[in-house]
Amino acid sequence: MATEAIHGEETGLVFHPLDQFLVTPLFGDGGVSWFTITNATLWMALGVLLIWAIMAFATRHRSIVPGKMQSVAELIYGFIYKMVEDVAGHDGVKYFPYIMALFLFILAANSLALLPMSFAPTSHIAVTAVLALAVFITVTVIGFVKNGAAFLGLFWVSSAPLALRPILAVIELISYFVRPVSHSIRLAGNIMAGHAVMKVFAAFAAITLVSPLSILAITAIYGLEVLVAVVQAYVFTILTCVYLKDSLHPSH
Amino acid sequence: MEGDIANMGQFIGAGIAGLGTGISAIGVGNVAANFLGGALRNPSAAASQTATLFIGIAFAEALGIFAFLVALLLMFAV
Repeated sequence: MATEAIHGEETGLVFHPLDQFLVTPLFGDGGVSWFTITNATLWMALGVLLIWAIMAFATRHRSIVPGKMQSVAELIYGFIYKMVEDVAGHDGVKYFPYIMALFLFILAANSLALLPMSFAPTSHIAVTAVLALAVFITVTVIGFVKNGAAFLGLFWVSSAPLALRPILAVIELISYFVRPVSHSIRLAGNIMAGHAVMKVFAAFAAITLVSPLSILAITAIYGLEVLVAVVQAYVFTILTCVYLKDSLHPSH
Repeated sequence: MEGDIANMGQFIGAGIAGLGTGISAIGVGNVAANFLGGALRNPSAAASQTATLFIGIAFAEALGIFAFLVALLLMFAV
């Protein structure tokens, strides 16, 4: 379908709400290939830098009685640590660094995307699919390494009647392979939808009659988006913990 | 605004897919309402179940996001 048909003036909006998700090269205006430095690269790198800066700054003068920054860092650490321990169980704590890294990266990327004129890397399925596939492959490999063939017990619901089990096995198998899809699309969809809604209301602000209303709406939606940025990072990591628990203790 | 019948079908389809997001909102509301109902009966157990609440909300919400994705695909990708 021609993209011009839904672009610009013809829809009545000043700009297209999905233009903000365009991946463009940072230097020059050639095409985007494998190693082109794009705005997505920039904002992901900024996210990583932000995490590093906050954590390095917070633990600069470590003390028994934490300062302001140190207590923030300890709070985040303790929060994720407790989540991993509660959901994935005691043997899941071994994988805490990975889950902490996931949480911090998604949180930083989501929060930086809320700055005006910035770019939301987590709104791209390409980014979230890599994160979700990494989780999926990790969890599957851990399951087979830790449990061997017993990992397949995850699909064999032993609490169900015998006649029902083959059917349930098929359903469980499908739901297992849909996991990375829903895992990635949940994050990307939420972030993309939120940002697109903000842009739609921003375009309405150009119409004099409704501009005060739309500015109010943007403010409210922005507040909601701050919440969504944190909650989606939390949901992504807690689902990682759930999947990890499934692979560590596959029996039903 | 001119277009052919295929375009019209796309937009109508996207609109129908948009219904799915609203229906998943009912599901999310159900999860939150039941959690609140349980939490008010037994507030001491509520704090330990917030993780379950978020998992439930995430699963209910995912299907709405799928519907939204179908709408977007119809609008921009087909």
